[in-house]
Amino acid sequence: MRKLISFILLAVLGIGIVRPLKKIPFGTPKSKVGKYYVNNGVKDTGATNIVTSVVLNYRGFDTLGEVTVLFIAALGLGAVLTIRTGRKTKEKIEKASIVLSTGCRFLFPFILLIGAYIFIHGHLTPGGGFQGGAIIASAYLLVYLGCRGRRVSEKASSVVESLAGLIFVIVGLIGLSVGGYFLLNFLPKGIPNSLFSAGIIPIIYVAIGFKVGSELAGVIDHLMEDT
Amino acid sequence: MIFVTFLIILMIAAAVAAAIFKNLLNAVIASGIVSLIAAVLFYFLQAPDVAMAEASIGAALVTAVFIIALKRTGRYEE
Repeated sequence: MRKLISFILLAVLGIGIVRPLKKIPFGTPKSKVGKYYVNNGVKDTGATNIVTSVVLNYRGFDTLGEVTVLFIAALGLGAVLTIRTGRKTKEKIEKASIVLSTGCRFLFPFILLIGAYIFIHGHLTPGGGFQGGAIIASAYLLVYLGCRGRRVSEKASSVVESLAGLIFVIVGLIGLSVGGYFLLNFLPKGIPNSLFSAGIIPIIYVAIGFKVGSELAGVIDHLMEDT
Repeated sequence: MIFVTFLIILMIAAAVAAAIFKNLLNAVIASGIVSLIAAVLFYFLQAPDVAMAEASIGAALVTAVFIIALKRTGRYEE
């Protein structure tokens, strides 16, 4: 009986989702806002990657909120795990095999390089601060798996994180004081498709890349602490 | 088009497998496969930004966090 009821509920839900979705033609632009971004994004912001121009220019304040949410999540996780374990316990560390540890040591700088490339070129090619930061954090994950015993210094990561957050807010506040609204693009836009273009967007994306990378690496560090 | 259909079928199969498996490590790997195929599909749908985020966060970091959690709890579901 319960299974029948849940099946009926599921069927109703499925029909309710499928029927409105069928009316929306897939892949055709419907809203005027999207069309505006595609047509005027490069001219308005100087960033050739439209996604970046939306994320950091048209909707820059939302991105600040997003970064704050990530920061609060990392902070809460750190607080909970520190309360639970109390202090760092030094247990015996199982050594990884030579293939794994050599591979990790060899791959680590290259993964860092890819992450840095992605967030520095965020305004030109797909990707950006969040993606690059996540890739950098996955490089640190590799180090934690392969070279057990090596740790990121907590102090360094927290300093990097706070500095990056501070840079984001300060750049936004400079825009507020110069032109009257938060995150105003006060630097020259330059020639599209060149590395030094799009004004403040590369600066903010580098800051976000450092912030996300250090935050996620810190999360992994907290989780790995006594496993 | 055939390739994309194949990927979608594989993704659904991996998602069902992740729900069914009693060995939780296998279930975590299956959910990682779901994320990986989702990243490939996002790329085919011309959203490389989302694909990158999905591949690095969904397939790498979330899987790793789940495996660390498994190490702290138990590997098998009762």
